[in-house]
Amino acid sequence: MNKALLGLILGGILGVFDGLSAWFTPAVRPEILGIVMGSTVKGLIAGVLIGYFARKVNSLALGILFGLGVGLILAYAVAAMQPGPNHYYFEIMLPGGLVGLIVGYVTQRYGRGPQSQPATH
Amino acid sequence: MTRLLSDSAIERLREAADSPDLAGTRYRLVEKLGQGGMGGVFRVEDTALDRQVALKVISVADPDETSSFRLLQEAHVIAKLEHPGIVPVHDAGLLSDGRPYYTMKLVQGRRLEEHVATVPALSDRLRIFLRICDAVAFAHAHGVLHRDLKPSNVMVGPFGEVLVMDWGLSKLMAEKVENSASSSVDPGPKKPDSSATSFGTVLGTPGYMSPEQSRGESVDQRADVYSLGAILQFLSADLSHVPRALAAIRKQSIAEDRTKRYQTVQDLASDVAHFLDGLPVSAYPEGRLTRAWRWIVRNGVWILLLLAYVAARALLIFFRPR
Repeated sequence: MNKALLGLILGGILGVFDGLSAWFTPAVRPEILGIVMGSTVKGLIAGVLIGYFARKVNSLALGILFGLGVGLILAYAVAAMQPGPNHYYFEIMLPGGLVGLIVGYVTQRYGRGPQSQPATH
Repeated sequence: MTRLLSDSAIERLREAADSPDLAGTRYRLVEKLGQGGMGGVFRVEDTALDRQVALKVISVADPDETSSFRLLQEAHVIAKLEHPGIVPVHDAGLLSDGRPYYTMKLVQGRRLEEHVATVPALSDRLRIFLRICDAVAFAHAHGVLHRDLKPSNVMVGPFGEVLVMDWGLSKLMAEKVENSASSSVDPGPKKPDSSATSFGTVLGTPGYMSPEQSRGESVDQRADVYSLGAILQFLSADLSHVPRALAAIRKQSIAEDRTKRYQTVQDLASDVAHFLDGLPVSAYPEGRLTRAWRWIVRNGVWILLLLAYVAARALLIFFRPR
């Protein structure tokens, strides 16, 4: 499986679980479907970006850093879009950053990178 | 009786007698590099290409021409084995005194037995071992047995290149001889009685020679597997703790009964590579608990990250503002 696809799948799965965790907050439970969908899309976007980065850059440290950055930025955007006075930056950005970090690590460690052409003379 | 010559003078005369007469060749003698059972190796200058190469030539006395035969066979075999782990042969011929010689790349490195003292990490030593296995497996794939693998026959170059040397005892495997028409390696010069490697003749180095080889029986690639196992033992001999999986690999590769050894060099190399990668090895069956633990250790980082994520989620749920 190539790294971009791995990032997409992992980001999507973690996004679903991330959204489902909103079920434990009774106040937002009626909107859980929208939250799960939004969270999944966020996970997919983060996953494919991080996976693509892993295809291009072969560095565990940079991959993790990039994953963390993408996770935090996307989570920040989601938090900023929250209606009402409370944006829950910490509550949304902490798990969002961790999801990016996990995807960053996994896409660097696993998945198939671009294939090089055999040299001939 | 009065001695006319001092010991040093006798030694110089002996050296002069052993030195090859390179008149009529494109080579100029520089120095002697070493002496083996069959002959000497000299550093010479290739005047045509303006580079230094190693020249191997048999010792002066070779009444039954066994050494000459071996040297030429060695040159023919190595010339056909083009592999980064096998020293390339450049040229072969006869000296003015009729002695055969061949020239090869001059490897300026250290023998494995010296080099290993500078490599304390087991993983680095095993990587060297895998490079040896690569070269030997390549030779086997071309139907050639080395039959004298030992640390002193492995050179490690200044850039980490690993070269298997001294193919003087090499031999074509039986099945390859039968299929010589399709074989990729020409055995080279033929000796009518072929007694040099016939049944009952013991050639090799004690300690690194397989039991069947030391008994003078016919050998196959498992004899080289045994020698590689002995090299593996040498590489890990000075370690205070040898992991059980590696000890099992060693034990299987030097089994007395060759049917209980790794059947090919690739099998042995595969187990060593798995060991290096922290994967299970065929020589050491593990229980489920050990396998589960190994999986956790191998995937420890992302499991920890996942746990951190779950813990963060749990903390946010249970300590959210009411």
